[in-house]
Amino acid sequence: MKEFKILAVIVALVGITYYGIEPYAHSVMHPEVAAADFTFKDVKNVDTTLAGNVENGKALVEANCIACHAIEAAGHPAVMPNADAAASYGVVPPDLSSAGRIYDTNYLANFIFDPVTAMHLEHKYTPDSGKQFPMPSYNWMTPQEIMDVVAYLKSVAPKVSEDKEGHKATFEAACGRCHNMKYAGIEATTPTDNLKNYMGATPPDLSQYIKSRGEHYLHSFINDPQVLLHGTSMPRVGLSEKAQEEVIEYMEEVGDSKKAERESLGLYVMGYMVVFALFAYLWKRKIWEEVH
Amino acid sequence: MMDESRRGFIGKAFGAVAAVGGIASLIAMKKTWDPLPSVMSAGFTTVDVSGLEANKLEVVVWRGKPVFVLKYTEDMKPTDGRNVKIGDHYFSVMIGLCTHLGCIPGYEGDKKLFKCACHGGEYSADGKQTFGPPPRPLDIPPFKLDGVTLVLGDEGPEYKAMTAKA
Amino acid sequence: MAEFKKANSVGEWFDQRLGVVNFSKVMMSEYWIPKEINFLWAMGMILAVMFKILLISGIFLLMYYKPDVNMAFDSVNYTIMQEVAYGWLFRHVHAVGASVVFLIIYIHMFTGIYYGSYKKGREMIWISGMLLFMLFSAEGFSGYMLPWGQMSYWAAYVITEIFGGIPLIGDELVVWIRGNFYVADATLTRFFMLHVLLIPLAILGAIVFHFYALRFPHVNNESGEFFDYEEEAEKFKAGNKKGSKVIPFWPVFLSKDVFVMGIFLIFFFYLVFFHYGFAMDPINFDKADGLKTPAHIYPEWYFLWSYEVLRGWFFEIAGISGKDLGLMAFGFANAIFLVLPWLDRSPMVKPANQRPYFKYWFWLMIADLMVLTEFGKLPPTGPNAWVGFGASLTFLVLFIALPFITKAEAKKVGGK
Repeated sequence: MKEFKILAVIVALVGITYYGIEPYAHSVMHPEVAAADFTFKDVKNVDTTLAGNVENGKALVEANCIACHAIEAAGHPAVMPNADAAASYGVVPPDLSSAGRIYDTNYLANFIFDPVTAMHLEHKYTPDSGKQFPMPSYNWMTPQEIMDVVAYLKSVAPKVSEDKEGHKATFEAACGRCHNMKYAGIEATTPTDNLKNYMGATPPDLSQYIKSRGEHYLHSFINDPQVLLHGTSMPRVGLSEKAQEEVIEYMEEVGDSKKAERESLGLYVMGYMVVFALFAYLWKRKIWEEVH
Repeated sequence: MMDESRRGFIGKAFGAVAAVGGIASLIAMKKTWDPLPSVMSAGFTTVDVSGLEANKLEVVVWRGKPVFVLKYTEDMKPTDGRNVKIGDHYFSVMIGLCTHLGCIPGYEGDKKLFKCACHGGEYSADGKQTFGPPPRPLDIPPFKLDGVTLVLGDEGPEYKAMTAKA
Repeated sequence: MAEFKKANSVGEWFDQRLGVVNFSKVMMSEYWIPKEINFLWAMGMILAVMFKILLISGIFLLMYYKPDVNMAFDSVNYTIMQEVAYGWLFRHVHAVGASVVFLIIYIHMFTGIYYGSYKKGREMIWISGMLLFMLFSAEGFSGYMLPWGQMSYWAAYVITEIFGGIPLIGDELVVWIRGNFYVADATLTRFFMLHVLLIPLAILGAIVFHFYALRFPHVNNESGEFFDYEEEAEKFKAGNKKGSKVIPFWPVFLSKDVFVMGIFLIFFFYLVFFHYGFAMDPINFDKADGLKTPAHIYPEWYFLWSYEVLRGWFFEIAGISGKDLGLMAFGFANAIFLVLPWLDRSPMVKPANQRPYFKYWFWLMIADLMVLTEFGKLPPTGPNAWVGFGASLTFLVLFIALPFITKAEAKKVGGK
């Protein structure tokens, strides 16, 4: 039938144009990058197959870490208020309570060994930059000792629930020292002025990042910021795949809170429109019988 | 009884009076859209260049745009028509938007060049494009010198001399 | 005034006072439309419905939107999108509707060109339609600024900057339009006024004018045939409904419109709920920042072709800079459709495919617009710049050649 032919021509022309300006143009502007690597296989100073000893790890942590880091979950409160900590270190040192849960084991072990390499920030902390990362390298520890520390951190990390509350806890532990999330009332624990000084620029508010960057971008970006934004001062944080998923989930729960409602209502509305069109067709046929 | 020509004249005269009123209102409406006095006065940015450190980029905001002010070191050679001498030192004064697509280039002091992260364009310290897609040097904003103070937004003799050479 | 008789029914009461019986005849049941039509004739009604949808969703958005550079972004992305019940729905409907309305406008417009519905008495229909296109463009542009995201800001910046190319007054004109040296609060508030009041009022007026312009030359039909409407209408009224070449607007024409609209709305709501990215650019979910340019700036898809006509001229010719050439080409492209009825010198009113020369012109023009649209979005580097130049030049040549092509066609077909 002629009307179908016309429709086919229009659909084809619109489809070609759409393909050009959306999927194709975006693939040109944002080329695909290497897949996210959650094993962090580029850092391999520590043999992570070694089984860690929790008791020994506890002793090592208490001797080496708690002078700067809080571990609330193990009864070690913060040494000083956030503002003072930021003034002394540049940025608030993280509370290590959830470190054993949110970071990938290989990453964490190698981070302790040499933080700057693990974070992919060698370009920022060059010898002649005059800058130094506030945490020293623990490359004098043996791999076994490092794995003991990791084992201890894993043992103290509290479990979180598989819901928005749990996702929020992961987000705050992973991102909350530097990033605001205005739409969730979350403010970075490091004061803005210190952050700007420490990072070179104010880290962005993440409220709408699930929309402006999208899940696909965030998936690669959080895994290794340098891949998509070469030269950025944001460190590779080293989240495990699960922790990163929880962070992205939370960004979606805050930034796109009506998603579930949208998707379910969408089906009802489209269903209704199908019924509407069907009745419209029957009515039209009835009326046009008289004139054809 | 009024004769025809007189009625025609009154009609035309009334039309003229109405037109005057109409045009006057249009002028008033046009002015309502003009930038406000506060906006116009905010169109000038002053920078005291005496305290600037050589080879360290100072970025000021002028009319919503970043303006680069770079003090030259003794051993940096000034370019005719691109640099201005204030006191004993030469300066680059340029709008900090890449002439390719308007990103803001960063200054790399050790290499003495501006590098635009968006598409890799590079400029020398005087703002001339040296690499990549930029089609022309960084633009120079109109400025005036007032002793050691740089007033952006006004065209002073130094600015006119520079644009005449460029 | 004659004395009123007591009305016997509510209908009669209104008829005495408003003449509703006669009015509905003139407007609906005895407003004649040709019978030989296809679904493309429903696009006008879809546009009317889309305008209504945009108006209603806009009214709801207006209740929570705050036209202020410090509050606009959050009032849209937090208050409306996340707090107001169904606020997200109104925003999605409004944003997707604004984009899709242009798709339908283009289909409507090219249908008119294809069937030659712009000449031999139908010039004012065409001109009022083009006026509507321009008003919708202004409405789309001003509305895109309101969420105050990065793309809102930079699209506004780049487009207002275009006026800077006008000789003598350019720079001052840009400042006058913006109300500041850059896109700022004054710009947002004045475009807000334009978007929610002045332009919608003008659109309403232009729609009435467009409908009115249809009444004397009547709607064209699929074969471009001219017939006596009075005679065919008499046939219909006498009961020869099958033999008549016309149908009444209500209920016959509208029943087809409503069905086509039903199908369209399934597609529309699919986009609203599940596929809205093309109308709500991710970059616009970053708050406007005048000191941070996005890596890629592009207008909404419906402006891409004319944007590419502007951008295609990137080098100097005969001492005129690329920028000025682009501006001239841009001005030409935006004005030329308006005078289409006088560029087509052939008296033939027929579907393009039945016209020996015009058919090539028509499909070339469509292809060229598609190329311009596509390359208007791609970064203008390397060979892309040359394709853009070629397509932009082709556009100009096509319209300059049209009078000659159609003149030759008229000669070829003789008085037929």
